[in-house]
Amino acid sequence: MSEAMLVADRLTRHFGGLTANLEVCITLERGKLHALLGPNGAGKSTCINMLSGDLPPSSGRILLEDRDVTGLDSAARSHRGIGRSYQRTNIFPQFTVLENCRLAAQSRKPRPWRIFTDAMKASDTVERAHAAIVEAGLGGRELRKAGVLSHGEQRQLEIAMVLATDARVLLLDEPLAGMGSEESAQMVELLRKLKQNRAILLVEHDMDAVFAVADTITVMVEGSVLESGPPEQIRNSEEVQAAYLGEEEHG
Amino acid sequence: MNSAVVTLFKLAVLAGLALFPAIGSSFYVELVAKILVMAIFAMSLALLVGFTGLVSLGHAAYFGIAAYTVALIAPEYEAANLWFVLVASVLAAAVAAFFIGLFVLRTKGIYFIMVTLAFAQMAYYIFHDTALGRSSDGIYLNFKPDASLFGWMPFNLDEPLQLYYFILAAMVAVFVLLAFVLRSPFGRVLAGIHSNEHRMKSLGYATFRYKLAAFTLAGALAGVAGFLYAVLFGFVTPEYLSWHHSGNVLMMVILGGLGSLAGAVAGAFAFIGLQEMFSDWTKHWQLLMGLVIVAAVLFMPTGLAGLPRRIFRTINWGEDDE
Ligand SMILES: Nc1ncnc2c1ncn2[C@@H]1O[C@H](COP(=O)(O)OP(=O)(O)OP(=O)(O)O)[C@@H](O)[C@H]1O
Ligand SMILES: [Mg+2]
Repeated sequence: MSEAMLVADRLTRHFGGLTANLEVCITLERGKLHALLGPNGAGKSTCINMLSGDLPPSSGRILLEDRDVTGLDSAARSHRGIGRSYQRTNIFPQFTVLENCRLAAQSRKPRPWRIFTDAMKASDTVERAHAAIVEAGLGGRELRKAGVLSHGEQRQLEIAMVLATDARVLLLDEPLAGMGSEESAQMVELLRKLKQNRAILLVEHDMDAVFAVADTITVMVEGSVLESGPPEQIRNSEEVQAAYLGEEEHG
Repeated sequence: MNSAVVTLFKLAVLAGLALFPAIGSSFYVELVAKILVMAIFAMSLALLVGFTGLVSLGHAAYFGIAAYTVALIAPEYEAANLWFVLVASVLAAAVAAFFIGLFVLRTKGIYFIMVTLAFAQMAYYIFHDTALGRSSDGIYLNFKPDASLFGWMPFNLDEPLQLYYFILAAMVAVFVLLAFVLRSPFGRVLAGIHSNEHRMKSLGYATFRYKLAAFTLAGALAGVAGFLYAVLFGFVTPEYLSWHHSGNVLMMVILGGLGSLAGAVAGAFAFIGLQEMFSDWTKHWQLLMGLVIVAAVLFMPTGLAGLPRRIFRTINWGEDDE
């Protein structure tokens, strides 16, 4: 079972004189994990920002299940099923882990007119939040304040929040950065499970993790796609070795 | 501090307010009534400043628009109907807040402060300098509104005591309403916007709509305060919409402690209490008030609302009460 869910069609983004993305094409399919690699500053986060609606493209289109969503803002895209995590942890630091995820889950059932109900007693959203917390490996830390979690735990919280929104397309920007090896391995397991009925775009510098879960890999350099294909092809590509993987081994 | 103690404390304050007319002279009863009205005003602003993170410097506009509505629709030679005037004036404030909100909520931070102030100044000049406000000196209300409801007269606002209890009931009602709003899903969204609006958007919240709803609700409740103020003093003046008034209510909120309803009420008591005291001593009372505010911000960063907890902490040295 594979069908195109999210398509980036020749996405270009300029920042003043800098071209951060140039005619980038990426297709995310349900049931598949697509990894996006590239050296620092290659434009991976810019690409995710355009797909999630955080940043308007200078040109190009974004199609979600054949519908053009380029003009929709991030909130509207979230409701169509696109969820994302951030490279720079982006959470509600004053709130508990549970409340971070509960807000994420509540966004599916906003019910803003019910001002006389207690948000904490909306059992469906609270349950959804709990489930997402356990899935992301944060079980037992529901009532900790998000701001005092370790860096790795905050990364897990980022994932838990995306899960709580029941997104069908996940855009994950370096989710493993800062995680311990145990959490990392756990997260790779989780990604494998999640991709079964979702489409995932994974930006990640951890090569072992990428080759363990990716079905397709796209390599970007200086804003353009260098090569795209199955992991074996990328692993053996001389161009990629020269531009990226080789450099990684040195540094 | 456990929540039972806090609730008990609030109920004790409420009982004190309810019994106050038994011991206070009519001057002080009117003063406390004024404070209660300002407490409603401060709570309405706290919804924006303390809970949503929207620092409005033009909140007096909605207070004043409601107060003027009372004066402008009251017939000259007989009493207006209280309920009609209440609904009309609160609605006027809410509608004004909605439309002004459509513009100002597109801005952020310092620009938001500036444009809320600018709109309030425009409203001020409408009542101060155009025929709508009749006279720059203000308008007297010749009669207190009549509370009859389908021929039944539940109370009579010509009686100062009944007016006092009417205002106290309104203050409690606004407090309870806001307490419900804040723990509801809607209130949690406002808290999320306050904490990290960008993340709320990417979680799927159309934050502009929530902010507009909060701004309109805050305007409507400021309208409740403006309505009560006009009824209490039987007089309206453009000064109700002035930026001094917007600044004063903001100081009440800050003095009381951001992010606390009870704090906003305490801030209104402290501010007006000090204002009375200082203006008895000297006509330069604003200087003293300024010093108090500076000291409060420096030494009491959590405001009056944070004080009991801090005292409690000091007594139970080292004990964590969270
Ligand atoms: N908002 C912005 N304004 C100006 N320039 C930007 C902005 N965002 C990114 N850039 C620039 O665009 C280029 C691509 O940045 P981007 O963050 O997309 O890279 P990346 O591949 O995610 O890198 P990393 O691996 O370090 O996260 C960089 O040169 C960066 O400085
Ligand atoms: Mg990046």
